[in-house]
Amino acid sequence: MIDLEPEIGTGGPAGAGVPARQRPLEPEGDAPDVGLIRSEAALLNLPEPLLAGDEPDAAPAPAAGRKPAAIVASALLPGAGHLFYGRFVTGLWILFFWGVGLALALQVRGDLSATLKGDRPLDHWIAAGSLFAYLAAVWGKAMADVAVRYARPPRTAGISEWAVAGRRFRKNRLAMIGLAIMTFIYLVTLMGPYLAPYDPNAQDDIVRTRYLAPAAEHPMGTDKFGRDVLSRVIYGARISLSIGFIAVAISVTLGTLIGAVAGYFGKWVDNLAMRLVDLLISFPRLVLLLAIIALFQPSIFLIIAVLGLTGWMGTSRIVRGQFLALREQEFVQATKALGYGSARIIFRHILPNSMAPIIVVATLGIGNTILTEAALSFLGLGVQPPTASWGSMVSDGKDALINAWWIATFPGLAIVLTVVCFNLLGDAARDALDPRLRS
Amino acid sequence: MLTFILKRLLQAIPLLLGVATILFVVLHLAPGDPTSFYFNPDVDPQVIQLMRKNLGLDQPLHVQYWRWLTSFLRGDFGSSFAQHRPVIEILKDAIPNTLLLSSVSMVVIFVLGLLIGTIQAVRQYSLADNLATVISFFFYSMPGFWFALMLVLLFSYKFQLFPASQMTSVNYEYLSVPAKLWDRLQHILLPAVALGIGEAAGIARYARGGLLEVIRQDYIRTARAKGLSEWKVIFKHAMRNALIPIVTLFGLTIPFLMGGAVLIETIFAWPGMGRVIVTAIFQRDYPVVMATAFLFAVFVVLGNLIADVLYALVDPRIRYD
Repeated sequence: MIDLEPEIGTGGPAGAGVPARQRPLEPEGDAPDVGLIRSEAALLNLPEPLLAGDEPDAAPAPAAGRKPAAIVASALLPGAGHLFYGRFVTGLWILFFWGVGLALALQVRGDLSATLKGDRPLDHWIAAGSLFAYLAAVWGKAMADVAVRYARPPRTAGISEWAVAGRRFRKNRLAMIGLAIMTFIYLVTLMGPYLAPYDPNAQDDIVRTRYLAPAAEHPMGTDKFGRDVLSRVIYGARISLSIGFIAVAISVTLGTLIGAVAGYFGKWVDNLAMRLVDLLISFPRLVLLLAIIALFQPSIFLIIAVLGLTGWMGTSRIVRGQFLALREQEFVQATKALGYGSARIIFRHILPNSMAPIIVVATLGIGNTILTEAALSFLGLGVQPPTASWGSMVSDGKDALINAWWIATFPGLAIVLTVVCFNLLGDAARDALDPRLRS
Repeated sequence: MLTFILKRLLQAIPLLLGVATILFVVLHLAPGDPTSFYFNPDVDPQVIQLMRKNLGLDQPLHVQYWRWLTSFLRGDFGSSFAQHRPVIEILKDAIPNTLLLSSVSMVVIFVLGLLIGTIQAVRQYSLADNLATVISFFFYSMPGFWFALMLVLLFSYKFQLFPASQMTSVNYEYLSVPAKLWDRLQHILLPAVALGIGEAAGIARYARGGLLEVIRQDYIRTARAKGLSEWKVIFKHAMRNALIPIVTLFGLTIPFLMGGAVLIETIFAWPGMGRVIVTAIFQRDYPVVMATAFLFAVFVVLGNLIADVLYALVDPRIRYD
């Protein structure tokens, strides 16, 4: 499929003559059927590499390297340096993002100073920190582009497997759209206190403000208590996003550990672990969750713990498979011959080679977990009111579906958007990390 | 084949024993015990003691465990706290309803999924293909309960085409037989679609991939070269091989259907197992919760068994002896 020869001839100064693998001494890199890159041919098949930056619209590097005027311009007004070089699209985007950030900071300057004086709760600190981090990131991107990239000497060395996967990921347009929306969702969630137009739990004058249809004052309308739906959607994102993230972190860690131990040691350990997986996988996940939650008082910690403890089976099956295959490889034999301990072999040598499927499972798992949490909240067994969560908001809207369609519709759309993004990223991660897994 | 089925059935027994064990562990990890349902200043503590004795809660744990296991396998799930009647009776009414909903949903899933997947594969990279890919991606990522509400909003309230809840109309008893069937069909359509749409999107994806792989093979080119109609090539030649991996999905969708039934039945007031378990949870009716969870697991195990058998039937290369 991949034609090796022409690439070597035309690969240019950076790619071709250099040995594709940079770490010949590390045995892990040799695993032929796992990891990122299967063959050197795949590496050599890359398009023209890092010489002129990643974006297709990158200007060729000026021979002189850095231009002080552009750097100063970029430092004072991010994006100006790009315009100076004629990279209008990137420059205007950076200018736009910078402007949005500054405008927001200006808008909430009162809040900001109050936060710094210390009379605001934790979420305001997080919001302030995120705002500064966002501005710093935009500024840094502009500076780095102008000051560093154009001065960077062309790379002559080969690149790591991860860099190759990253490149493939960046070339995936859908993935980049997903990433952009995801970043946007996270920024909005983190800066929630600054962006939400109302207090998510403020009821105001219920009689006057309840069931208001979407309008300029309440872009997503109000619910039966007169609470602003947009604000609640923004605040509800905290629950979905954080639970999704933490629960998947727990379940992927647990699944990896169990799968690794089962696959590495084999025999009765493997048997025991896999029978346990068979058992737990026999329950529809939601039913198992219901059976557990029914016995306790629902709280956010219980939900996270239970979601984490019931989601690890898929991961452990995959990791076990990886370990079974890798265990027989020469590099593992070598580590054994060197007398390394089991823990060291598992974590330092086999696990890094099994990372690709784990990352894919984790990304796809977040979307799934968000859906499950929303389902629990919808049933009233998730986060308890008045805390806003997308699932419970849909449930609230269920009772007023005829008169007030907006209450259930917008949080549902938020769930769909978030899960679509995570699934896009997961698919793209799979394509980038392991092209063989492509469906 | 028969020995294979028997062997798989025997393997299912320890699995179900394990499932019952997990439920026992969950129940005993929880704080308090079933009698806390009756805690009340008006109830004499001695009565509670008596109840504990009657329920066998004063026995040592291993005795309780043995009783739990044997009674579960005999199909004796105790009696409901809230409804004061045997759990098995409650479930007897609910199981057929859930199975009906799941099977109709299964039909929706596979008909819709295969149809869309086939169209996509036959017209690869066409506008229809791309559009279907995007749309099925959204459906795949959509919470089923939200989609169900949107269906109700549109088709029950806005256009008034389908009823929004229950299995039958109020006047069901007075209808003629065809009208009864039509009534049932109308009631089951929305829940079945809501339950199945996400999985249908998944199946469409698999079907497209599988069919594309088969279409590229030589024997398909031969079939076309013979002058067979495209219809025959796709449905008689390509479909047969493309379907093999999809048959396994038949068993794998069952857990999703069962989990989804919990939500969909709640929304559409469908008197099935999902609704039973949700109602029981809010009434803290542990025997019903545990028994229903156990039965859900039984269906999943059976589903996997069916998938294995079907796989062996469809693919003659696989021999189980």
